[in-house]
Amino acid sequence: MVQKNDSLAKQNYGMYKLRAKDLNLYYGKKQALKDVTINITANTVTAFIGPSGCGKSTFLRCFNRMNDLIPDVTIKGEVMIDDVDIYKNIIDVYAYRKQIGMVFQKPNPFPKSIFENVAFGLRINGEKSKSVLDETVENALKQAALWDEVKDNLQKSAMALSGGQQQRLCIARAIAVQPSVLLMDEPASALDPISTAKIEELIYELKNKFTIVIVTHNMQQAARISDKTAFFYLGELIEYDNTDKIFTNPTKNATQNYITGRFG
Amino acid sequence: MTHLESELKSLKKDTTEMWELVISQLEKAYHSLKTFDKDFSREVVANEKRVNSMELKIDRDCENIIALYSPVAIDLRFVLATLKINNNLERIGDIAESIAKYIISEKEPFDAELLKSTEFLEMYQGAHNIVRDVLLSFEREDTKLARSIFKKDEVLDDINGDVNDNIVAFISKYPTKMEQALNVHSIIRKLERVGDQSKNIAEEIIFYMEAKVLKHRK
Repeated sequence: MVQKNDSLAKQNYGMYKLRAKDLNLYYGKKQALKDVTINITANTVTAFIGPSGCGKSTFLRCFNRMNDLIPDVTIKGEVMIDDVDIYKNIIDVYAYRKQIGMVFQKPNPFPKSIFENVAFGLRINGEKSKSVLDETVENALKQAALWDEVKDNLQKSAMALSGGQQQRLCIARAIAVQPSVLLMDEPASALDPISTAKIEELIYELKNKFTIVIVTHNMQQAARISDKTAFFYLGELIEYDNTDKIFTNPTKNATQNYITGRFG
Repeated sequence: MTHLESELKSLKKDTTEMWELVISQLEKAYHSLKTFDKDFSREVVANEKRVNSMELKIDRDCENIIALYSPVAIDLRFVLATLKINNNLERIGDIAESIAKYIISEKEPFDAELLKSTEFLEMYQGAHNIVRDVLLSFEREDTKLARSIFKKDEVLDDINGDVNDNIVAFISKYPTKMEQALNVHSIIRKLERVGDQSKNIAEEIIFYMEAKVLKHRK
């Protein structure tokens, strides 16, 4: 069996890509995250699991400041990327978000061609060189394991692709601007098993270049693709450990009860 | 109760049933040996097929649970432990059958002095009690009782350690009873294996309950 934590073991554990410290988040008066502290190592896949409403997607969205868009949100504590507090020290949120790619549950390609979808981020960043655009689009599509399927139809509408292809296109679009972090919110939950397997393989490949955080309701998916798993319940981070430990011998009873299907 | 929980409950029930059958096989062989009623031994030989078919069913059920329900954590450990316990129980069943075959092959009842000098009955009782205790620890999920098996197995090892000298002494005294003495020697060796199998099972129960691996630890 491939040792999934090889890259983890080789890392210096002091070099965390993403961190949160004593993070509390409120929607109005309702507290959605309670004192969440976590350190995420670079070039690993971390899965967030937990029942609906436990705060895992809310927490994921903290890393690209997407919660800023929601009225009445109050955030206390620290969220850091490369040891920079993104709520205190980042002034230009739009520039910051270039470092963070995001893939959502439902594939959301733009109603444009395949090429224009992937080139979109580069174009709004001012890139005009055709050769740069061509090369970047090809590389992104190759990294997203979609190139072979679309290389002869790059001008075709992205809306004509299958759900699985659309989701890989969204991943290509996200990585075309060369972020360092990929956030994925249930990226395969709307896909059939074959497309899901392709996305999972892709995630496994992409961790060499990106730090990936994925929210998933599919426990087996978390077990298959992640190096570390974080279990959330009622806004609290209950347990965070190596994925093999979480799925063979979790420390907390609540984790065991959730992953064995006894509650949630 | 979830579907998986009811499958695991049913697996535990089947395993306990197989355990009871194996214990009953040992008891019948013991009764046959003491009374020299070979019908009990013949029953043990006939029942061995039931033990084998139960082993196959439990194997298949474990395979299905893993394939269909993807158990994790304590559920996964339970299924993995049950697979190995099942295998150990089947071997204890084999041992009961082979003891029964020795009894069937005997021409006359076992010599009382031979049984006494080899502590044969203590050995048999000890092996039987260990299998019974390890079943109790499985049913009650009692790792303290499972741990007590290791000490009890040492008693069987001690009796087995003395068996060569005791058998040689008996054969020197009664050379005409050599064949029976050698059969008793073989049975004691097999009973010692029952202790070892039970110890393996106790380790699996501890693995299942506490996620601790005790195998190959001195």
